[in-house]
Amino acid sequence: MSHLLDRLNFFQSKELDTFANGHGQTTRENRDWEDTYRNRWRHDKIVRSTHGVNCTGSCSWKIYVKSGIVTWETQQTDYPRTRPDLPNHEPRGCARGASYSWYLYSANRVKNPLVRGRLMKTWRRMRATMSPIQAWTALQNDPILRGEYVKTRGKGGFVRATWDEATEIVAAANAYTVKTYGPDRVFGFSPIPAMSMISYAAGSRYLSLLGGVCMSFYDWYCDLPPASPMTWGEQTDVPESADWYNAGYLLLWGSNVPQTRTPDAHFYTEARYRGTKSAVICPDYSEAAKFGDVWLNVKQGTDAALAMAFGHVILREFHLDRQAPYFEEYCRKYSDFPMLVKLEEKDGKLIPGRFLRADDLDGKLGEETNPEWKTVAWDSKAGGLVSPNGAIGYRWGEQGEWNLEEKAAGTDTNLLMSLVLDEDHDEVAGVDFPYFGGAATEAFTTGDTRPDVLTRNIPVKQIKTANGTIKVATVFDLFCANYGLDRGLGGDWVTSNYDEDMPGTPAWAEKITGVSADKIVHVAREFAQNAEKTNGKSMVIIGAAMNHWYHMDMNYRGVINMLVMCGCVGQSGGGWAHYVGQEKLRPQTGWQPLAFALDWARPPRHMNSTSAWYAHTDQWRYETLTASEILSPTAPEGDWDINIIDYNIRAERMGWLPSAPQLKTNPLEVAKAAKAAGKEIPAYVAEQLKSGELEMSCEDPDAPENWPRNLFVWRSNLLGSSGKGHEYFLKHLLGTDHGVMGKDLGEEGAQLPKEAKWHDEGPRGKLDLLVTIDFRMSTTAVYSDIVLPTASWYEKNDLNTSDMHPFIHPLQAAVDPAYESKSDWEIFKAIAKKVQEVAPEILGKETDIVALPILHDTPGEIAQDQVKDWKKGECDLIPGKTAPNYIAVERDYTAIYDRFVALGPLMDKIGNGGKGISWNTEHEVQHLRELNGEWEDGPAKGCPKIVTDIDATEVVLMLAPETNGEVAVKAWAALSNATGRDHTHLALPKEDEKIRFRDIAAQPRKIISSPTWSGLESEKVCYNAGYTNVHELIPWRTLTGRQQLYQDHLWMLAFGEGFMSYRPPVDLKTITKEVVDDGDSLVLNFITPHQKWGIHSTYSDNLLMLTLNRGGPVIWISENDAKKGGIVDNDWVELYNTNGALTARAVVSQRMKDGTTFMYHAQEKIVNTPGSEKTGNRGGIHNSVTRATLKPTHMIGGYAQQSYGFNYYGTVGSNRDEFVVVRKMRKVDWLDQPASQKEAAE
Amino acid sequence: MHNFLFGIYPYIALSVLLIGSIARYERDPFTWKSSSSQLLRRKQLVIGSVLFHVGVLVIFFGHLVGLLTPIWVFDAIGISHGAKQLLAVIAGGIAGIMALIGGGMLLQRRLNDPRIRQTSSFADIAILVLLIAQLLLGVGTIFVSLQHLDGHEMTKFMSWAQGIFTFQSDAADHIADVALLFKLHLFLGLTIFLVFPFTRLVHMLSVPLRYFTRPGYQIVRSRRNGPAE
Repeated sequence: MSHLLDRLNFFQSKELDTFANGHGQTTRENRDWEDTYRNRWRHDKIVRSTHGVNCTGSCSWKIYVKSGIVTWETQQTDYPRTRPDLPNHEPRGCARGASYSWYLYSANRVKNPLVRGRLMKTWRRMRATMSPIQAWTALQNDPILRGEYVKTRGKGGFVRATWDEATEIVAAANAYTVKTYGPDRVFGFSPIPAMSMISYAAGSRYLSLLGGVCMSFYDWYCDLPPASPMTWGEQTDVPESADWYNAGYLLLWGSNVPQTRTPDAHFYTEARYRGTKSAVICPDYSEAAKFGDVWLNVKQGTDAALAMAFGHVILREFHLDRQAPYFEEYCRKYSDFPMLVKLEEKDGKLIPGRFLRADDLDGKLGEETNPEWKTVAWDSKAGGLVSPNGAIGYRWGEQGEWNLEEKAAGTDTNLLMSLVLDEDHDEVAGVDFPYFGGAATEAFTTGDTRPDVLTRNIPVKQIKTANGTIKVATVFDLFCANYGLDRGLGGDWVTSNYDEDMPGTPAWAEKITGVSADKIVHVAREFAQNAEKTNGKSMVIIGAAMNHWYHMDMNYRGVINMLVMCGCVGQSGGGWAHYVGQEKLRPQTGWQPLAFALDWARPPRHMNSTSAWYAHTDQWRYETLTASEILSPTAPEGDWDINIIDYNIRAERMGWLPSAPQLKTNPLEVAKAAKAAGKEIPAYVAEQLKSGELEMSCEDPDAPENWPRNLFVWRSNLLGSSGKGHEYFLKHLLGTDHGVMGKDLGEEGAQLPKEAKWHDEGPRGKLDLLVTIDFRMSTTAVYSDIVLPTASWYEKNDLNTSDMHPFIHPLQAAVDPAYESKSDWEIFKAIAKKVQEVAPEILGKETDIVALPILHDTPGEIAQDQVKDWKKGECDLIPGKTAPNYIAVERDYTAIYDRFVALGPLMDKIGNGGKGISWNTEHEVQHLRELNGEWEDGPAKGCPKIVTDIDATEVVLMLAPETNGEVAVKAWAALSNATGRDHTHLALPKEDEKIRFRDIAAQPRKIISSPTWSGLESEKVCYNAGYTNVHELIPWRTLTGRQQLYQDHLWMLAFGEGFMSYRPPVDLKTITKEVVDDGDSLVLNFITPHQKWGIHSTYSDNLLMLTLNRGGPVIWISENDAKKGGIVDNDWVELYNTNGALTARAVVSQRMKDGTTFMYHAQEKIVNTPGSEKTGNRGGIHNSVTRATLKPTHMIGGYAQQSYGFNYYGTVGSNRDEFVVVRKMRKVDWLDQPASQKEAAE
Repeated sequence: MHNFLFGIYPYIALSVLLIGSIARYERDPFTWKSSSSQLLRRKQLVIGSVLFHVGVLVIFFGHLVGLLTPIWVFDAIGISHGAKQLLAVIAGGIAGIMALIGGGMLLQRRLNDPRIRQTSSFADIAILVLLIAQLLLGVGTIFVSLQHLDGHEMTKFMSWAQGIFTFQSDAADHIADVALLFKLHLFLGLTIFLVFPFTRLVHMLSVPLRYFTRPGYQIVRSRRNGPAE
């Protein structure tokens, strides 16, 4: 009752119970104070939600709400049980996720729409007399007014605006841009739909209705491993984490599971208890290293050499000296090993060339459809050449033989993998292989003086073709030679001795990687032995560490080769587990119509971001890497000596890569002109391109007509996190203060591009308007012109999936969006509504022309079996065949909102599909009409409503095979037609299952197996990639239909990557004499892993994370390097090169490998970052010292699996080959002096 | 005015002290603490704090005993007023200097350490300033006292203090003619009583003396014998 009176207990007995021999005492004091703590943890309700973050965790959380305020969160523990014998999934969720609720009511929450002050002032003045469109037009046409706000980006000065005013500016800018330059100048960047699908779809739906450009992320983040589409025709498909438990051997390669896959790490621990053996490969002593039975601390960037040595041992002991029966059978059926490769002559020497195809042979083996796309092997059963089922030629234009049955033309076969036996080959010939090991830069050199071409003996067969007799060899025989294995055929550069320093051997790899040869042999042997005994249950868990190198394909293909040699891919407990980015948007095919407005118009505009940012931030103007440095000495004759950007331009021209903007002329105008000329659009565009009347934008990225004009960034921190070449973004795209210290090619007097037009002065400030939609004031928001406050992850309804587990579960609004924020869905609705209001002044119903590259998984993917450039006169320009397709798309700018909130008529008319198959959706659309209601009048009359975010989730769940059993059956039936095998049994038991939003709100749900993915989620097996390829005999979507370890595209051969090999990191030349100050001598390899103290890669600015770490930016260096640089722990240091500079505190740690420095991803420069002495600007972020460099082989298109797909194939933004100067800061300047009076007055 | 300041104001101050402390203890038990800043910076605190606390405690109990012990008690046990005054001047002087040095260190630290400054409330700084001012005044009175060593002056204060506590309406008259310095010292002392419940000084009332006498080191609470739920 009263605290004081309770203490006045003089009359009570003083006798108290004691225990433990009087050491303990039971008191009788009042315990009301405890209620304080009880009330502290008392709440009104718990709502299920999760974090819309790219960590792959996808953990379901309980969000606690008290008095209308989110108070805290804890892990959900109600995941459905999966299979007997497997450990539980729960609890999932890490301490970092639990820190999220801090953001909701923190000081850095964006509370109101914010507009850059100077822009707002001018806008209001103009709006007093003008309409929104007129006002924006006037503003853009006045370079002084435009410059006023453009140049102040990133320097504060935001003012509050109303939603009405802010969306009006955005709508006017968009409409003006569409009218003046074309809709493909309105860009939108948002990553990882899987983390919050509806929020992504909101923006992309708006952009797609407008005709704007949706930019990719997976390739830009360099999380896309191009080796995956090259080998499997699949973006990325991986086992769920529970499948680790089934593995017998786990190789962790550059993946730090406990730190970056925290909610899944328990499966790793449990697997270890089960007896799984594990080796961990990483340069630093990471948290994962302690899990391993052995830790291989490989030198950074040399993983491919290690993989090659592993492969050398495995091939020697399990394929050559002894043939493990399981491996032999697996490789014969599921890899391209038996396929024949033509050996082509170059300068009198033989080099591996293209796959032999039916088309090369007289009579074409009886194949009439696509014979040039049907590969050929030797059948030992009938003793002759056959075209086995499953090649890409069987996929299109005919049905029933696109499968992996051991058949050719209806007859059983037994393909021959090797011609090594005397009776199988006609001769032994020397074949040239490129060798790159001697081309290492100073930091990686081993003093290797071998020649750059190694000739090795290969057993070959002579066969008659339409063009005379040629020599062929099997992929397997070439493959073994490439690994330097002596097979008794004589010749140089092969060995049967592991201890000989010969390319491919463990002794050779030891020199390069620093890992001792005996450990290499030991791990390789165990890995393969386990796979042999368990039929493939050896797994490699792989992280971005290896994928972020310029030659990432070599690292990855080295690993993939090991897995295929050992028959691990497609087997539960085995395979390739690349967990980088939450790429698995499980209900993808149901989501796409919503996200890209395919219900109203097809195709949408997609762009690969790496090429786009490379061009539009003018990083190409500073390119130091030349094609000749990476070209193979065995490259066929050709015009290879061009700049990197030139390769990209050629790729765009030939229809390989997308373009944005597409044409220098506004596509709306082109369409009008075509109409006026009375011509079909593709024919008209082709004619105009050939005559030079029309130009592709890519050929002159710096011309004002070709600048991106408006950019939306939502769910992303482009400038604070993923923007490689940060300072180039600031300099050229944004036009504000920057830290670029290098000179461009013109100033350097270097070779200028041949295809790209050179302007002596690089443009500054290409963007008219940068709009960021975020819940917090991120680095990107700080640089924007308009910041719109969005709902946080606990304030909106959405869907979430991951590749790490088979469940789909929601984000839900535990509370209404705080302050003035709105969900992304509502924000883009509001913008669409505003466009519908203001645009009709200048825009009505318009015809747009969309340039579409040749896409993977479409019949067009077999367009170009030869590389021919129409512009060079090598072929005619045929849209969709030798160039991008040009497709007319109707836009209605007077009904953009009406369309946004309705599921359009194309779903009824055309249906839905994905990955090369399609099905009818009339039934589902009718269900949605009944579920969501339908519009009774207006432009969307009769269409189902999609008004709320929950309506939108229902569209996705209804249309996707993964969440609607009926659709799954239809999808499997569609695939059955192509393969000629019945797959519907995989979904029939779940035909009646329909998962709706309220279901997943109640509990996470297991998804239904669908042909969109290559694994199954069932009561019998864990989800594992390639499972249906192996067990249902569905071909991989590659040229050969098999796991393709040999790449025969002209450009692959030119750049020496037909086979995997070790390629040292490239020299980016960013430490130049001009930039390095006297006395600065510590130069380190700059590595940017994911952090421990941040919610995945992005959210490190919350108080809890900052407190746990050091409260601001840090870099890690080794003790030896620190000593060299005179640095002690916690010193402020500056890192710089020609790209820019950054400041951070040094963490000096034994964990680090000498020669490297780590800077964890995305430490915001707005938190505790001093000014750089070098640039005079505020510190910088990790990407201030990087620049993206493209690789020509990633641009290949129109060639089966090497065809473009959004976030699937294309250039990737690698950044690990970078070096920086590290020095102790002399003076730490916080740049916290007030602005000069003059500046402040403005 | 004199009567108000030394006849009525003491009752106001003591009433606020008593009622305010009870109210705070009842209403805001979680604010009843010493608000130590030791976590933020330890070095200077330890020596400053020990000097200050030892000094202040000696002075506090010196005053308590000196002022409130009835005069006849001293007479009865044969301590002369002069001797008592000498004792008070010497012991009080030493303790006062200690407390002043300690207090100065604490104040310096509180004002100059940016982290401690940031986490200090107005009351935290104000009470330290008040206590130091009071110490200066108190040490200052020594010089006045030394001019008349007979101890007579001191009995005036004893009479006054005891008069206040025995509700004598003329208590203030006892000190009508003492030096201004003493009056200031008295007034400031009463003011410290007045602000006591609003500052961290309340931690005085919760000195955990019980720790010295508790029998066990494992204390558990029981619902069984506690007040009814």
